[in-house]
Amino acid sequence: MDTALNTQAPPVIGEWRLPDRGTMGVIFLIVTESALFTIFVVAYIVYIGRSLSGPYPKDVLDLPILASICLLSSSVTIVFAEHALKRNRVGLFKAWWFATILLGLEFLLSTGLEWRKLIYEDHLTVSTNLFGTTFYALVGLHASHVIVGLIFLLLVMLVSLFGFPIHTQERRVKFLSWYWHFVDAVWIVVFTVVYVIGR
Amino acid sequence: MASIDYPLEHPPVKEGEFSFSNHLYEWVSTVDHKRLGLMYIVTALLFLVVAGIMATVIRLQLAFPNGHVVDPDTYNRLFTMHGTTMVFLVGMPFVAGLSNYLVPLMIGARDMAFPRMNAFGFWIFLFGGFLLYFSYIGGSGLSGAGSAPDVGWFAYAPLTSRAFSRGASTDYWILGILVAGIGSIASAINVIVTTLSMRCPGMTLARMPMFVWVMLIDSWLIIIALPPLSAAQIMLLIDRFLGGNFFNTQNGGSAVLWQHFFWIFGHPEVYILIFPAFAILSEVIPIFSRKPIFGRPAMVGAVAAIGFISLGVWAHHMFAVGMTSWSNTFFTASTMIVGIPTGIKIFNWTATMYGGKIRLATPMLFCCAFLFQFLIAGLTGIMLATGPFDWQLHDSYFVVGHFHFTLVAGLVFALFAGMYYWFPKVSGRMYHEKMGKWHFWLFLIGVELTFVPMHFLGFLGMPRRIYTYEAGRGWEFWNLVATSGLIFQIPATALFVWNLLISSIKGERCGDDPWDAWTLEWSIPSPPPEYNFETIPEVRSSRPLWDLKNPNDPDWRFE
Repeated sequence: MDTALNTQAPPVIGEWRLPDRGTMGVIFLIVTESALFTIFVVAYIVYIGRSLSGPYPKDVLDLPILASICLLSSSVTIVFAEHALKRNRVGLFKAWWFATILLGLEFLLSTGLEWRKLIYEDHLTVSTNLFGTTFYALVGLHASHVIVGLIFLLLVMLVSLFGFPIHTQERRVKFLSWYWHFVDAVWIVVFTVVYVIGR
Repeated sequence: MASIDYPLEHPPVKEGEFSFSNHLYEWVSTVDHKRLGLMYIVTALLFLVVAGIMATVIRLQLAFPNGHVVDPDTYNRLFTMHGTTMVFLVGMPFVAGLSNYLVPLMIGARDMAFPRMNAFGFWIFLFGGFLLYFSYIGGSGLSGAGSAPDVGWFAYAPLTSRAFSRGASTDYWILGILVAGIGSIASAINVIVTTLSMRCPGMTLARMPMFVWVMLIDSWLIIIALPPLSAAQIMLLIDRFLGGNFFNTQNGGSAVLWQHFFWIFGHPEVYILIFPAFAILSEVIPIFSRKPIFGRPAMVGAVAAIGFISLGVWAHHMFAVGMTSWSNTFFTASTMIVGIPTGIKIFNWTATMYGGKIRLATPMLFCCAFLFQFLIAGLTGIMLATGPFDWQLHDSYFVVGHFHFTLVAGLVFALFAGMYYWFPKVSGRMYHEKMGKWHFWLFLIGVELTFVPMHFLGFLGMPRRIYTYEAGRGWEFWNLVATSGLIFQIPATALFVWNLLISSIKGERCGDDPWDAWTLEWSIPSPPPEYNFETIPEVRSSRPLWDLKNPNDPDWRFE
C-alpha cells in the first residue's frame, strides 16, 4: 500500500456551526400551518359563486380597511419592539409591544363587529349557504390564529410588566414576532381571496 | 394537621431495589428519545395485534360463501377500524418510533431537538388512539345509534354527514385522528430540526446515514401532507356540528372535494408509511452484503424525487369518480413517473448486494423478500395507475391485494428486518436466530397465501368491502386460500413476539456491535446509556465506524 497515503492525516473539521434549533422549529411550524391554511383557501376558492341562495358576498361584505391597516401595521410595531429590545431599551420595547397588542385587539374587534352585522342584519350563518360556511371557516381559522398570537403577546407583556428580565429572551421574542408576521401574511391572502376575488 | 399518606415527592430508590411505581413514573415522565421511541414502537405493536385480530375476523367472515361470523354492521366497523388503526395507529407511530430511537444515535446527538415536545407528541398520539377506540363504548352518543365508526378509513362524504352517520361514532373517528395527527406533526418537526441542527461535528448532510436522510424527507412529507387531512376533518366537524355545507351536496357542497382533500393527504401518506422501509433497507442491505450502499447520491435523490412527485398524484384514487380526461391523463402520467425513482432504489439495493459477501441472517432474509414483493406491489401499482385499467378494477380486491402487498409484504417485512437488526442495540442481547428464521419462512408463506389470491379475486370481479358473497361465482376457492394464510401468519407473529420477549430476558449478550456495522449507533454500548455518547464523536466520512475500525483504510480518503 502507498505509504504516503497511509500517513495522510485525517481531514481537520473546521468550525462546526448548525442552524439554531428554535429558529428551525418555528420555520417548520409555519410551513405546516401554511399547508393547513392552503386547504381552507382552496376550499374557499372552489366554492366562490357556488352558493345556491343568498346572501351573496357582493351584497353583504364590506372591505375591512381599518382592520387590515391595524393588523398589517402591528407587524411594523412588533419589529420596532424587537429593535428596542436589541438595543436593551426595555421601556421602549414595552411601549411598542403594547401598541402591537392594541392593534391586534382592534383587528379582532373589527372582525367581531363584522360577524355581528353579518349574523344579525344579513342573517348569514355557517349553515345558511356555502359562502357562509367557507367564509366563517376561513376567516375564523385566521382569527383563531390571531387570538393565539395575542395570548402569547399578552404573556410577554405581563411578564415584562412584572419585572421579568425580558431582554434575556430576545430569541423567543423573535420567534413570536415571526409567528405574528405569518399571521399577517395569511391575512393578506385571506383579504385578497375573500374580499377582492370573492366579491 | 392530618398526615399525608402518599409522598408528594418521589422517594429515592435504593440501589438494586425494584419498584414498580418508580419504573412507571420513570417511563411516564420520560423525555428521553430512546424511551419515547420504544414506547411508540410498543404501542404500534399492540395496535398491530388489535388490527390484526380484526383482519382475522374479516378473513374468517369471507372464508366461505354466505358467511355469518359477524353481522354486517360489525363487519363495516371492523374494516373501518382495521384500516384506520393500521394507517394511523400502527404505521405512523412506527415512523415516529424508529426515527425517535435511531436518528439522534445515528447523527451523534444526545437527544432530539425538543425532548419535551417529543413526549407531548407521544402522549397526544396515544390519547388520539384511545379516543378512536373509546368509540366502541361511547360512540352511540345521545341518539343511541352506531358504535365504532363504519365509514371506511377514507370516510367518503356523504357517508359522514349527519343524515347517514348518526350518533357520535364518526366524530370519534374525526377527533381521534385529528389529535393523533397533531402528535405526528410534532414528532415530524422534531425529527427535521434534530437532523438539521443537532448533527455532530463533521457530519455534513452528504455524510449523513441513508436512514436519517430518508426519515428527514419522510418527516418533511408528514408536515406538508398531514395538515390537509386535519383541515378536511375540521371542515367535516363544522359540517357535523355547526350545520356547515362543505360536503353537503343538498346545499351546493361537493362530496368530491372531500375525496380530493383526503387523497391530497392520503397518497403522500402511503409514501410516508413506506419510507421507513426504504430507510431500514438502506441500512440493513449494505451491512449484510459487506459493501457500502451503491449510488448513495442517487438513492437520496430518488427518495427526494418520490417525496416531491407523491404530492401530485393523489387523484389516481379517483379515476372512477368521473374527472375530466385531462385530469385522468395528468394523474396517470404523474403516477407512472413515481415508478422511475422507485426503480432506481430497487436497482441500487440489488446492486449493493451484487458481488457482496452476503450473510443471510434474519434481517437480511426479510430485506430480500421485501425486494421481490415490493417489486410486485410496484408493478400492480403501475397497472392501477393506468386510468382505463383502473376503471375495470377500481374498488375491487385487486386494489386490496395491491396495497396489502406494499404495506404487509413490503413495509411489515422491512419493519421486521429493522426490529431484528436493531434488537441487539436496544436490548443488549441477541435474538434467537433459529426462531427468527422460522418466523421469516412462516410469515412469507402466510403473506403469499393471503395476498396473492386477492389479486385473482379482483380479476374475478369481487368488490372491496363486500360483506359476503354467494356460492358459484368462482370466488370460493381463492377466498379460502386467502384465509388459510392465517394459519401461517398468526403463529409466525406469535413466534416473533415470543422471540423478542424471551430474548430480551435470556438472550445471549451480544456486545456493542454484533453486526460489524458502520454507523454511529453501534459505537456506543448496548443498550445505549441515557446520554448516548460519552464524548460527542467527530465524523469524517459516511461510514464513521468503518474509519475507526480500519485506520489504515479510512473512507475519508475517498470522499
